[in-house]
Amino acid sequence: MQQIIKNGALVPESWHLLPKGSGLDSLPNSDDVIVPLALWLEHAHALKARDGGLGIWLESDEEIESVLDDLSRFQVIALNFPAFTDGRHYSTARLLRDRYGYKGEIRAIGDVLRDQLFYMQRCGFDAFAVHPDRDPQAALEGLKDFSVTYQAAADEALPLFRRR
Amino acid sequence: MYQYDQYDQKIVEERVQQFRDQTRRYLAGELPEEEFRPLRLQNGLYVQRHAPMLRVAVPYGLLSSQQVRVLAKIARDYDKGYAHISTRQNVQYNWPKLEDVPDILAELATVQMHAIQTSGNCLRNTTSDQFAGVAHDEVVDPRPWCEIIRQWTTLHPEFAYLPRKFKIAVNGAQGDRAAIEVHDIGLEAVKGADGETGFRVIVGGGLGRTPIVGSLINEFLPWPHLLSYLEAVLRVYNRLGRRDNKYKARIKILVKALTPEVFAQRVEAEWVHLKDGPLTLTEAEVARVAQHFIDPSYKVLADDEAALAQLDAQHPAFAQWRAHNVMRHKKPGYAAVTLSLKSSERAPGDITDQQLDAVADLADRYSFGEVRNSHNQNIILADVEQTQLFALWEALNAQGLATPNIGLLTNIICCPGGDYCSLANAKSIPVAQAIQQRFDDLDYLFDIGELDLNISGCMNACGHHHVGHIGILGVDKKGAEFYQVCLGGNSERDASIGQILGPSFAQEDMPDIISKIIQVYLDTRIEEERFIDTFRRIGIDPFKERVYAADH
Repeated sequence: MQQIIKNGALVPESWHLLPKGSGLDSLPNSDDVIVPLALWLEHAHALKARDGGLGIWLESDEEIESVLDDLSRFQVIALNFPAFTDGRHYSTARLLRDRYGYKGEIRAIGDVLRDQLFYMQRCGFDAFAVHPDRDPQAALEGLKDFSVTYQAAADEALPLFRRR
Repeated sequence: MYQYDQYDQKIVEERVQQFRDQTRRYLAGELPEEEFRPLRLQNGLYVQRHAPMLRVAVPYGLLSSQQVRVLAKIARDYDKGYAHISTRQNVQYNWPKLEDVPDILAELATVQMHAIQTSGNCLRNTTSDQFAGVAHDEVVDPRPWCEIIRQWTTLHPEFAYLPRKFKIAVNGAQGDRAAIEVHDIGLEAVKGADGETGFRVIVGGGLGRTPIVGSLINEFLPWPHLLSYLEAVLRVYNRLGRRDNKYKARIKILVKALTPEVFAQRVEAEWVHLKDGPLTLTEAEVARVAQHFIDPSYKVLADDEAALAQLDAQHPAFAQWRAHNVMRHKKPGYAAVTLSLKSSERAPGDITDQQLDAVADLADRYSFGEVRNSHNQNIILADVEQTQLFALWEALNAQGLATPNIGLLTNIICCPGGDYCSLANAKSIPVAQAIQQRFDDLDYLFDIGELDLNISGCMNACGHHHVGHIGILGVDKKGAEFYQVCLGGNSERDASIGQILGPSFAQEDMPDIISKIIQVYLDTRIEEERFIDTFRRIGIDPFKERVYAADH
């Protein structure tokens, strides 16, 4: 079974991520699913009626502002990195934590690699589906690159200049 | 200058460890090249024509003599005995070995230096006026603000993977020596009506393929809000900047597409949420940083122009140097001296390890142990007693660092070009040297007067050709190197982008072409008019006619 990093440790993956273009057909009622944003926007009503857990995932050019009223319905918000160099969702994660008060899981999916995890964690990601070709155990090391940081972010309410 | 405390030191040391491990994994084949590339770039490491190139950060151009000695040592131990001052006040090495870079970074960390974010699509080194703190026309000392911005940018978790590189420059003087109008963000520190410091904020300037002068989006940003406002600008850019085409990815394209007014509204809408939050600067923090930039212990002296004039009369070469390389200082009896790295002996901006050591010694003897790099690729000793100028000049002469050409045609800004850079379409250094040799007659050079000549080897414009009064751009024409000329650019206040003169020229013709352009100016200038003033008065046509006229 695939493992993901959650709160700094490896855990078995229990969510089913639906690919882009998925419909409601054959969606099991009680599985935990992460659906593409478009499916939620189109079938929110039906998705709310399911028994299983619900999450959504956003492509890198999709904005979280389209679902602000529904954030509390999602146990997981997964943010996709089509390439690790596409940094848009660093801002999305920060907005979710700092501005929109989202307390659920923010999961990095897609091209998720060890050397970006430290910054992702700082921005508010607490779960990482590391690229399937890579060792998630080794990637855990990436969460510990620095012990001091200058900026305030999701993991540190105050910038260093208010703490030093 | 700023001194690290235990936090700053810890961050650079942990960065060295991080990069050492990344390099180890890369060399062991655990980290593929395409994944290592952005990581090494964010540590200033390019792979170039002959070898990797390492760009070391010199925050806002400031160095201690101790740091200069370490730069010299690195040039000796890991390079071929020289270094290069870049157009963003940094220091570059052209010949390090990739596997040595972690050790080089470790040596730099021992003197509070690093190569963090000197390349890559991230927040780059903050640049400023090389005369900050000593300029007679200064309104606000930009250095504490630069340091505050440096710390905010360093390892910022949200903005490490921007659409494209991002450069911030700060000016605090009446003159603009930091070229703030052609930066992604240009900040001008000013005094408000109540005497409080604030910033005029200019965004979306830049050179490269699409040269644009920036737009003013905030007339007066009170200082406590500096970082929250910068964070708002960066967040808007990170979310909305184009990522589909790297040539359209700079913030200038976004600002132009939205219009500056709409861009400013987007920033304002974001800033509303950040303003007055934890990023609000405190008086305590500004005071903590500013204490590192208080005046050194200047003596109470008086200007003695008569004594200097007497030396001028006895030593004409000293007089020439003093007229061009020595700048007025805010304190009576002191002067700021520019060491020219623009003799035709060496590539513009290059300096040997032995010269670096000599500069460090001279800084200790004459200038409170402090050195500055300028974006014009020269070095400054900013606090020299006027009575020591003659002794300093003699010492600089012996080092080949006293070419009296600051502000003049041969003080050429020049990128490394096709000799080193893998992006370049054409060589730039031989063109610079050929022009320097053509104009080596000092009387002629002085007669031509104030003139910026800038050369880039490709349209990425590292040599700032668009904002040279005369700009030269290397282009590739069917596999051959040619050179396009533009005229009328200006990087200072009232910045402007040069206009293209016409079809490009072969390398060997360039000195003649420049001579013809200069002759048009000399024939048409009125009294004290500078080249740029004459150009603005008469336009490009007279230059075109002369340069492209059939030979007689």
